[in-house]
Amino acid sequence: MKPAPFRYIAASSLDHALSLKAEHGDDARFLAGGQSLIPAMNFRLARPAVLIDINSLTEIAGVTGSPGSEIRIGAVTRYRALEREDDFLKGCPLFADALPHIAHPAIRNRGTIGGNLSHADPASELPAVALAMQARLRVRSVRGERALTASEFFVGLLTTAVETDEMLTEIILPPPQPRSGSCFMEIARRRGDFALAGVAAVITLDQERRCAAVRLALCGVGDTPVDASAAAACLLGQPCNDQTIAEVAAAVRETVTPSGSVHASAAYQRHIAGVLVGRALKTAHERIGHAA
Amino acid sequence: MPPDHHEISVTVNGTAYRGRVEARMLLSDFLRHDLRLAGTHVGCEHGVCGACTVLLDGVPVRSCLMLAVQADGHEFMTIEGLAPDAERLHPVQQAMHNHHGLQCGYCTPGILMTMTAFLKENPSPSEDEVREALSGNLCRCTGYQNIVGAVLDAALTMRTSS
Amino acid sequence: MTTRYFGAPVRRNEDKRLLTGQALFIDDIELPGMLYAAFLRSQVAHARIRHIDVSRALQREGVVAVYTAADLGAYWQAGPLLVPAPPIPGLVFNARTQVPLAKDKVRHAGEPLAVVIAESRYIAEDALEDILVELEALSVIVDLEAALKTAAAPVHDDLGSNVASHARQIKGDYRSAVAKAALVLKRRFHYEHGISSPIETRGVVAQWDARGRQMTIWDTTQAPVFVRNGLAAILGLGERQVRVIAPFVGGGFGPKIMMFYPEEVTLPWIAMRLNRPIKWIEDRFEHFFATTHERGQIHDAEIALDDEGRILGVKDVFLHDTGAYNPYGLTVPLNSQCTLLGPYVIPAYDSTFTAVFTNLPIVTPYRGAGRQHGVFVIERLLDLAAHELKIDPIEIRRRNLIPPDAFPYKNEIIYQDFQPLEYDSGNYAPVLDKALAAIGYDAFVGHEQPRLRAEGRCVGIGVACYVEGTGIGPYEGAKVQVQTNGKVSVATGVGTQGQGHFTSFAQIVADELGVDVRDIDIVTGDTDQFYWGAGTFASRGAVVAGNAVSAASQAVRRKALKLAAEAFECSEADLVVADGKVSITGIPEKFIRLGELAQRANPMRGAVIPGTEPGLESTQYFGPAKGATANGVHAAIIEVDPETFELKILKYVVVHDCGTVINPLILEGQIHGGVAQGIGNAFFEKLTFDEQGQLQNASLADYLLPTALDVPRMELDHTVTPSPLNPLGTKGAGEAGAIPVGAVFAEAIEDALGLKDKKIELNEIPLSPSRLFELIGGGRT
Repeated sequence: MKPAPFRYIAASSLDHALSLKAEHGDDARFLAGGQSLIPAMNFRLARPAVLIDINSLTEIAGVTGSPGSEIRIGAVTRYRALEREDDFLKGCPLFADALPHIAHPAIRNRGTIGGNLSHADPASELPAVALAMQARLRVRSVRGERALTASEFFVGLLTTAVETDEMLTEIILPPPQPRSGSCFMEIARRRGDFALAGVAAVITLDQERRCAAVRLALCGVGDTPVDASAAAACLLGQPCNDQTIAEVAAAVRETVTPSGSVHASAAYQRHIAGVLVGRALKTAHERIGHAA
Repeated sequence: MPPDHHEISVTVNGTAYRGRVEARMLLSDFLRHDLRLAGTHVGCEHGVCGACTVLLDGVPVRSCLMLAVQADGHEFMTIEGLAPDAERLHPVQQAMHNHHGLQCGYCTPGILMTMTAFLKENPSPSEDEVREALSGNLCRCTGYQNIVGAVLDAALTMRTSS
Repeated sequence: MTTRYFGAPVRRNEDKRLLTGQALFIDDIELPGMLYAAFLRSQVAHARIRHIDVSRALQREGVVAVYTAADLGAYWQAGPLLVPAPPIPGLVFNARTQVPLAKDKVRHAGEPLAVVIAESRYIAEDALEDILVELEALSVIVDLEAALKTAAAPVHDDLGSNVASHARQIKGDYRSAVAKAALVLKRRFHYEHGISSPIETRGVVAQWDARGRQMTIWDTTQAPVFVRNGLAAILGLGERQVRVIAPFVGGGFGPKIMMFYPEEVTLPWIAMRLNRPIKWIEDRFEHFFATTHERGQIHDAEIALDDEGRILGVKDVFLHDTGAYNPYGLTVPLNSQCTLLGPYVIPAYDSTFTAVFTNLPIVTPYRGAGRQHGVFVIERLLDLAAHELKIDPIEIRRRNLIPPDAFPYKNEIIYQDFQPLEYDSGNYAPVLDKALAAIGYDAFVGHEQPRLRAEGRCVGIGVACYVEGTGIGPYEGAKVQVQTNGKVSVATGVGTQGQGHFTSFAQIVADELGVDVRDIDIVTGDTDQFYWGAGTFASRGAVVAGNAVSAASQAVRRKALKLAAEAFECSEADLVVADGKVSITGIPEKFIRLGELAQRANPMRGAVIPGTEPGLESTQYFGPAKGATANGVHAAIIEVDPETFELKILKYVVVHDCGTVINPLILEGQIHGGVAQGIGNAFFEKLTFDEQGQLQNASLADYLLPTALDVPRMELDHTVTPSPLNPLGTKGAGEAGAIPVGAVFAEAIEDALGLKDKKIELNEIPLSPSRLFELIGGGRT
C-alpha cells in the first residue's frame, strides 16, 4: 500500500519545525522515526498534507544527567541510543526491562522515544514506564513551553494533551529513590508484538523494609496507560511478601477495564494483568537487595 | 496537490547515486525501481515481515518504513553489496547455502542484512540470542531451524578466521 | 545407475542467485512503457451493485484507463470449474465460479469491482479513491450453520440455498459397528485452517506484442501450463501465441495454483487494449482478501470401538466453508473425508459433508488441503476413547494401525483424484516406534512428567499419526537435452516456489548421465520451454515430475550409449557413462565426451538412418495410476504456564516415510517449514471475521505468523517404504509437516494441564492462551 500524497519539509532547527507546525496545524505531522507514522500512512489511515521531518534536530536528541540526578531525554532520541547508554539503563532499570520488548532491533534503530510517547498507543511499553516513573514531559510551541505530568499527557486512545502547534521535546525522569527496585514485564503473543498486558512497577522500602511507596502502571488494559498505584495502597506500610503482593494483584484485577481484542478476551487481559502485577512486584522487591 | 519532488544523493553499496523522487516514494521502491537494486524485497509495507531490511549507515532498518527523500546524504548497504566480489560469498551467505537456510529465497536478503549486522554486534551468540535477533524477520518456508544453524556456523567461521 | 547424487544431501544449485539478490521475482520485471494496476475491492461482504462511477478517476493525472465489468463486454465470464464433481453416488454439486470483476453483486469483502491503470501504483491507488460505488447491502452469511437455514439470503441468488455440495461416502456398515460396540463416543470438533501468507504476495505482468501477436504473462502461479491454456482460450489466441512464465516465486503453498484469479484474466486483456505492458503486484493488505484461504469445518463425529479399543467404525457429518465461490470443486473436503481414515483399520465409515457458500473469500487448498481437519478428528477421537476405555493413547493407536502385509490397502471411498482410495505401501508401526523413542515417551510419562508435576510445572506430551496422499496424477513431463558443451539442460512443466527442483531434478539426471550436478540446468515454469504439465500441488512435484525427469534421462543415456557404441564399433555392454563422458570399460583413454556425442547426433550435412531423432535429447512423461500414500508421526512435549497459558515447545519430533528420498536436506527443509505452518495453525493464526464478513486482523501485525522464537528445533527421522507406483519409489513430502500439528497440540496441552480429569476437552483449533483461559474457565492467579 502506498501513502497518499503530501509535502515533505526537512526542518532545519527546532524553531523551524515549530513555526511550520504553527503554520500548518493539523494538516501537518512531525516525522521522527516514522515506525508508527509511516505504516499508518502506507495503510492510508494517516494522511497528513505536510510532513515535517525532525530527524536532524540534534538539539532535542540525547540523554543527559548523572547518576543520582534527574535524567533528561531529548524526544528525538532513538530507542537504539537509549539501549546503548549503560549509565542511563542503570539509572532507569524500567527502561532496561522495557526497551527489548519494543518491536525488533530494526524498528528500534529508527524509532524515537518522543515519537512513541506522542503516538500514545495504550499497548505500548514506554507510556506505562513514563507513568510509573512519574516522568515530566516538556512540550514546546512558538508560543512557549510547558511541562506536563505523564497522567496529564496521556488523555485518551492515541490522544495526548499536546496541542496542534506543539511538539514533545523532552522527557524528564526523576532520580531513583534509595531502597527502590523496579520491574517491567509484559505478555504479548509474540516477541515484539504489542502487549496484551504489561506492568511497570516501582517499590520503595523504608528502613524497616516495609513498603514506603509503590508506583504501578499498566499498558494494554485501557485506552491510555493506566496508573494503578492507588490499587497498591494496601501494600503501604506492609512488608512485601506473596500474600501482600497477591492482594495488590487482586485489587488491580478489579480496577482495570481492558477492552479485549482479536488476540485476547477482556477477561484474559484482566487475568494476566493480575498475574503480571504479582510477578513484577515480586521481582521489583527482590531487586532492592540489601544495599540500603 | 501537485506532486512534491526532491533531489537526493545517496550512496548504495559504495556507489553514489543521484535521484529525483516524489516525497511519498518509499525507500524500498526507490532502491528497487529507481536504482534497479531489486534484491531488497517487499513483503508487507507495514514494517513487520523484515524482507525489506537494508543497512543504513551500517545499521539495519526497514526500507518500507523510510521515505526515499530521507535517504539523502546517507550510505546504504543492500544485499547486492554483501558479497565481497562476484566470486565469493560473505560467510553468512555461504553458511546459508551449506545449511539449506533458504527455500524460496524471498525473505533471505532481509535476513542476511539483519544477521550480518547482528553478528557484528554479537560475534559469539547463543542459539537463543540468534533466534531472538531473527524474530523480526518472517520466513514461511524454512521453519527457521537451518537459518539458525547457518548463523551459528557463520559466527564460528568469522571468529576463527579473524 | 551408479548413485552418487540421488539420495545425497546435495546443496542447491539455485542458492547463489537467491543469496545475492540476483534471482528474478515478479516485481523485479521492468518493461519499457509499463503501466501499473490497482484493483478497487468491495469493502462490503454482500451487496447488489447499483452503480459504479469512474469518471473522476479518469480525470486524475497519470491515470490511463479504468475498467469495470461492463467494459469487458463479451470477455467477461465466470472462470472455469477447475476440479469437476467427483463420481460419488448421490452427489449434490453446485458449481459457482469467480468472475473477473464483480457485476450485479459482490459476494465477499475484497471482491474486485474495478481496475485502475496508471503511470505508477501510487497514482493508481490515489485513483481508487476517486471511484464512486453505490452498493445496496444485503445480509451477510458468515456462520456455517446459519448459512443453511432457509431464512438466510443466499450467496448465489439462483440457488435455493447456500449448499455448494453435499456428499456422502460409505464403507462397510456403520450401524452394525455401533451394535457391536463397547463404546460409542461422539463429539463436535471445530477446525480452522488459515491463509498461506507467503512472504511474497501474488503478481501478474502482461505484455502484448501486437505485431508479433504474442502474449507474454509473468505470473506467480504454481500451474503455468494450465494458466497458458486457459488464458489463450479466453483471449481467443492460439496456445502457441501465449507464453506464461513463473519466475522465482516467493512461496506458493497452494493458493498460488488457484486459477483464474481476476488479475490473471484482466491484465492480459488490458495489455491488448492499451498496447503497453501492465503490472499488478498484490500488496499485503490485499492478500488477505484477494488470494484464496483455507478455513473452517465443523464436524459432528462419532467412533465405535470394542472393549480393546479396536475401531469398529466411524461416522462423521461435517460442514465445510467453501467461501463465496467454489472453483476448486471438492478437493479440500474430500481430503478431509479421506484423510480421517488415517493409518488405521476402519472397517465401517459413514462420512457426509455439506460444503457451504459464505460471504467470505474463496477456499482452495493450502498446504495440507483439508487433511488437517480429518486428522484432528480421528486423533482426538482416539485420544478421548483411550481415556474412556483406560487404554494407553499410544497403545490404542498401535492396535489399530494397518498391518504391513495389508498393502495395497483399499479404503474404497473416492479420493481427490477420483480414484477409490488405496494406500500403495506402508509400514506404520516402525514409524511410531521411532517417534516414541526419539521423544523419549516412556521416560517422559514414567519419570519426567511426574517429577515436573511435583515441581508445579505443567508439561504434557502429544503424539499424532497421519497418512498423506501424495504424488497424484494426471502426469508431468520432462525434456532432457545434452548440449554440445557437455552440460545438460532440462525443462519441465511444473513451477518452483522454493522446493529445490533445480537441485533435486538435477540429481536424478546427474546420476543417470554421469554429469556433475552443477552442470545441469533446470528450467521450470516456462510454457515456451515445456508445453505440457499440470503444476506443483498436492505434494506431487518430486514424484511425478521427478519420475518424468528420470525416464527422460534414461532415454538420453540409452541414446548416448547407442551413439558411442556406433562410434567405437563395440557393444553397449562394454561402455561406462561417467564424468561427462562415455568410455570403454577398462580403457578410460578411449572416451567420447557427451557434448561431442550431442554434436554428432545433430549433423549439419549427410544422411541419417531413417527414423533417427536428432540430438541427444528425450522428452518423456510420467502419469501414476494413482497417488502414493506417505505417512508419519509427530510427537511433542509442551509446557504450559498454568497462570498465563503461554506455552513453550520443549521437544518436537517428526518421523516420516515418503519412500525413496532424493535429497534429504531438501526433505528436512520441507518438514521444518510444514511444522512451522502447523504451529501457526495450531496456536497463532486465526482469521477473525466479524458478523459483517469483515476481516478484523488483515495485517501481519495482527495475523500472527510464527517467528524464530515460536518454532522450536525439531528432530527428524525417517523410514523408507518405497512406493510401487513409480520407478523411483518416491512419495511426496511437501505437506507432511503441516498436517497433524493441531492434534499434537491439543493432546499435549490437555495432558499438560490434566484437563481430561477435569472433563475439559480441547476439540478446536486454533487455540491460544486466551482461548485456553476461556475454555478452562479461568487460570491460576
